[in-house]
Amino acid sequence: MPSTRDIRRRIKSVKSTAQITKAMQLVAASKMKKAQDQAIAGRHYSNLINKVLVNLKEKVGDESHNLLEERTGDKEILLLVTTDKGLCGGLNTNLIRKALDSAGANTTFVTVGRKGCQSIGRLKKDLLADFPVADPASFAQCKTVSKFVLDKFLEDPEIGRVRVAFTNFITTLTQTPTIETLLPINPMTLGRVMDFEGVGGGDKPESAQEDFTGYEFEPNASSVFDSVLPQYVNNQFYQMLLESRASEHSARMVAMKSATDNAKQLIKDLTLEYNKLRQASITNELLEITTAMKALE
Amino acid sequence: MPLQLEIVTPEAQVFSDEVDSVVLPGNIGEMGVLPNHAPLVTTLLPGELSFTKGGATTELALGEGLVEITHHHVHIMTDMAVSDAEIDEAAVEAALQRAKDSLAQKSNAEEVASVEAAIAKSLAQLKLKRKRRNL
Repeated sequence: MPSTRDIRRRIKSVKSTAQITKAMQLVAASKMKKAQDQAIAGRHYSNLINKVLVNLKEKVGDESHNLLEERTGDKEILLLVTTDKGLCGGLNTNLIRKALDSAGANTTFVTVGRKGCQSIGRLKKDLLADFPVADPASFAQCKTVSKFVLDKFLEDPEIGRVRVAFTNFITTLTQTPTIETLLPINPMTLGRVMDFEGVGGGDKPESAQEDFTGYEFEPNASSVFDSVLPQYVNNQFYQMLLESRASEHSARMVAMKSATDNAKQLIKDLTLEYNKLRQASITNELLEITTAMKALE
Repeated sequence: MPLQLEIVTPEAQVFSDEVDSVVLPGNIGEMGVLPNHAPLVTTLLPGELSFTKGGATTELALGEGLVEITHHHVHIMTDMAVSDAEIDEAAVEAALQRAKDSLAQKSNAEEVASVEAAIAKSLAQLKLKRKRRNL
């Protein structure tokens, strides 16, 4: 049986925990708003560039590019985008589990975010590089990562594909761990999962319905592809990172909100117990006094 | 059938409407686009884009990017698209000066390229702003 003093102490400590989680919830909420706006604003661009590439790939049959060609090598790079900080529910755990499930023996990891780097290190997996990306994500930092991956891919013909594991932001309450193939570029499949309004991805853009046979390129197809494809990769990866960040802050806010709610419930229960105990002790005292009085009569 | 023009940047969808004609800064020079243009894909250089709708011409400063033209659609994907009113001349000039200063210190080819891209973008903005004033 705990004494009233013990319970009082516990109530105090739970209260201060609730204060901290409440503060974290508010911070996450404001960051979440920003990150969500950024992610949603970026979708237009990546949807459109995706549509254009779908179109190009369809209409330009014979002109190809080494970033577009399917490869046979069985090595692969898995780019794992996780958060730097914890306290965001099962976000990282779910993502890392999904990434590890899909990874084969020939998978090399490249990580963005401390949590992913730590768990890959702990599991003694093959870690190629780790990139820190600040919050909010800057395009320049993001570009270093995608450039690194692009260079690796072009250097080593053994690398069959590069995939990205990230958390796709759907709503504040739902985020799904997702794995997408980034290289070789296949606009038909890439972006399918990322799309929400059902306009991008493999769907044909409205311009594809127009009847024509081929595009002209200025100055020529290979130079257009040379400049567009790396841009496309950079942009897609940036968008994935933005989605991850939006997910992170949403998940953290939700986690902190439920922590605050739990703490409040706990305070309520403890206060009830405390009052019961207090009343019991008062009743006891009264009883003792009355018995003492009876005995004296 | 008029031309459907769409301009997007990674930050936002800047413009999406029907227009009569578009002039854009293509890879090998300025290019005018009217409805029923032949399908064409080209890269964009930093410069000015103007489009006409119902006799009124609007001008925007564009950054690097990509344009896809089909018979009735013009899709422009660029890293910058700002109108005359949004350009703060002093701020752009300061940015230009900063970029030029930092260019002297950079040795890495990639950094130089990105600073040069920033300079070209600033110049495109300044050019549009000044042209407006001289009219």
